[in-house]
Amino acid sequence: MTGVVLRNVSKSYGAATVIPNLSLSITEGEFVVFVGPSGCGKSTTLRMIAGLEKVSGGNIEIAGKDVTWARPKERDIAMVFQSYALYPHMNVGDNMSFALRLAGTPKDEIARRVQVAADMLELTPYLTRKPRDLSGGQRQRVAMGRSIVRDAYCFLFDEPLSNLDAKLRSSMRTELALLHKKLDRTMVYVTHDQIEAMTMADRIVIMKDGLIQQVGSPKQVYNTPVNTFVATFMGSPSMTLLPGELTDEGGTIKVRGAGFNLPLPDRLRARAAASPTRAITLGMRPEHFAAEARTPDFAAVDLTVRVAEYVGSSQYLAADLGGQAITAAVEVGPESDLLGDGRYYFDTSRLYLFDRKTELAL
Amino acid sequence: MAHAPQDPLTAALPMPMAKPRFEPGFLTPYAFIIPALLVMLGGLLYPVFMALYLSFYDWQIGLPLEDADFIGMTNFARMFTDPQVWEVLWVTLRFGFWTITIEMTLGVALALLLEKPIRGASVFRTIFILPLMVSPVVVGLIWRYLFDARIGWINYYLGAWFGIDPQVWLGDAQLAFFAIVLTDIWQWTPFIFIIVIAGLQALPSEVVEASTIDGANWWQQIFLVKLPMIKSILVIALLMRLIDVFRGMEVMLIMTGGGPGRSTELLSLHIYNRAFNTQQLGYASAISVLLIVIVFAISTAILTMANPMKNKSDV
Ligand SMILES: Nc1ncnc2c1ncn2[C@@H]1O[C@H](COP(=O)(O)OP(=O)(O)OP(=O)(O)O)[C@@H](O)[C@H]1O
Ligand SMILES: [Mg+2]
Repeated sequence: MTGVVLRNVSKSYGAATVIPNLSLSITEGEFVVFVGPSGCGKSTTLRMIAGLEKVSGGNIEIAGKDVTWARPKERDIAMVFQSYALYPHMNVGDNMSFALRLAGTPKDEIARRVQVAADMLELTPYLTRKPRDLSGGQRQRVAMGRSIVRDAYCFLFDEPLSNLDAKLRSSMRTELALLHKKLDRTMVYVTHDQIEAMTMADRIVIMKDGLIQQVGSPKQVYNTPVNTFVATFMGSPSMTLLPGELTDEGGTIKVRGAGFNLPLPDRLRARAAASPTRAITLGMRPEHFAAEARTPDFAAVDLTVRVAEYVGSSQYLAADLGGQAITAAVEVGPESDLLGDGRYYFDTSRLYLFDRKTELAL
Repeated sequence: MAHAPQDPLTAALPMPMAKPRFEPGFLTPYAFIIPALLVMLGGLLYPVFMALYLSFYDWQIGLPLEDADFIGMTNFARMFTDPQVWEVLWVTLRFGFWTITIEMTLGVALALLLEKPIRGASVFRTIFILPLMVSPVVVGLIWRYLFDARIGWINYYLGAWFGIDPQVWLGDAQLAFFAIVLTDIWQWTPFIFIIVIAGLQALPSEVVEASTIDGANWWQQIFLVKLPMIKSILVIALLMRLIDVFRGMEVMLIMTGGGPGRSTELLSLHIYNRAFNTQQLGYASAISVLLIVIVFAISTAILTMANPMKNKSDV
């Protein structure tokens, strides 16, 4: 099996277990993003793949070789660190060519590869500058350049965009996606920003407390989150969770709670009927609210709007539904005045149901 | 790695010509600097100027200063043709070369070895810096007795373990020189060690890890990443040791008194002997002016070449 494979990998620091047991196989050429809240073990996992951290148990394969105990240089990996970790005493060109020089690559080959990478990252004018004379975004690109000149089997990224401003971050996201297409290498990317995960990943790995919650394409984790944690973590603004009951009204199952009584979509009806419990949690994504009923699936809900935020063609509402706080993102066009209390509509074909006790999706 | 030689003054002071020269409140920063400046002037510059002043006089200790004769450049003229001055200068340079080379190498090597959190490293670190806490006078006494020809441990153990005949360590020109070099290494290697290890431990770990990933082996990591990154610390350590070589004299004063002959008489000890043994204060002052010039020249040369202030390791 090629790619990167983690088998029952665990990691403890003394008595503290950070990763209890983690198994995952990443296929060759895939762009996998680890996402999760701070301290959930993303960096630890990445560093174990890199060989910077010893595993406490299990094994790791890269490109079909067991590298569990191999040193980093034997793993054919390149890594971009959160702090960039550039060599401050070397200029940009020397930073990028360091690995190649150590490997004894011929001089003209080094020059060629550095030039290609510098062109791609628009760093050519800065090749003779020291890192301290660069902006954060430029340093970030140097760190990226240092890894791509390597042409490694697998690229590891630990929150490489976290120090950038919003605009640069989004352009670097595109840049990275293009880079992945061009290089066609296995890439493992760590972030706690779910938008980065959604936009770049072939597959997303969502972690919490060292445990994988769900692995799937962005579409899968958005549309069919396995539990409330994934449901609220992925998507922005976050999904609202409300307690509710499954009720049977003349043969049709509905979900009822304070301020709502909604019909279920086809995909959930059978599962709701089979549910061992009536006590459920209803999940409503903000973007599935609207100012008018667009399809027969839209059901009316009365919202008391506490704050409306203008974000261009949508408005984010912090509102009350039957006395409980919810978030709605209503598309009303950029000319609309700030929205107020009133009747809004929710797309019931998009609602989510979770077992209230186990928090698992129905 | 190598910086283009740059004038430290112009490099440090980009002149903002376009700005108005005197903005309101421009005096405020000076108000804060002046007290420190006064202390520095009093404590630092006064003795220097006094030395300069006295170097133009013939003055014996005990006589009132008014009775000193102004003799112009005579002291300086005498100094440049004085074989004793050249001899002690040569001793000082040899002493500086051997002690600093060995101390830097040993101190850096030990710091690199004990940098990792291996078991016992911290205990060893603490033991190792003890010599730094011993006053130079005491160091001189300790080693004088260790090297003592009759009752010294060194002769005893050389005999007991290796069957080597007792040596008159401090009575032989070459052996005495060796003894003071060894003593200096014993006392000052910990100084290099302690500031280099502090520098190493302050290195951002991700940069070092990045070099591991880039494929650097242990040696390459040391010589291509770690040492270049603490270059400014190494330069400052070197500078402080160099200045100390021209300054320190207590150990030789106690161990050998500069002898036998002048084989262990460093420049500063020579100045002391001139001033207080032969009572030629004016002449001693002239030699100390030479010392100041030498130290100043060396410091400026090193700072210009390495410019440690500019080379702060950010990123
Ligand atoms: N050397 C260590 N000793 C003990 N615990 C550690 C050590 N290193 C990390 N941990 C713990 O391991 C857990 C996971 O850390 P890790 O750095 O992998 O988190 P992360 O998911 O990358 O978080 P972030 O998004 O904040 O970077 C944290 O709870 C942390 O406290
Ligand atoms: Mg992390």
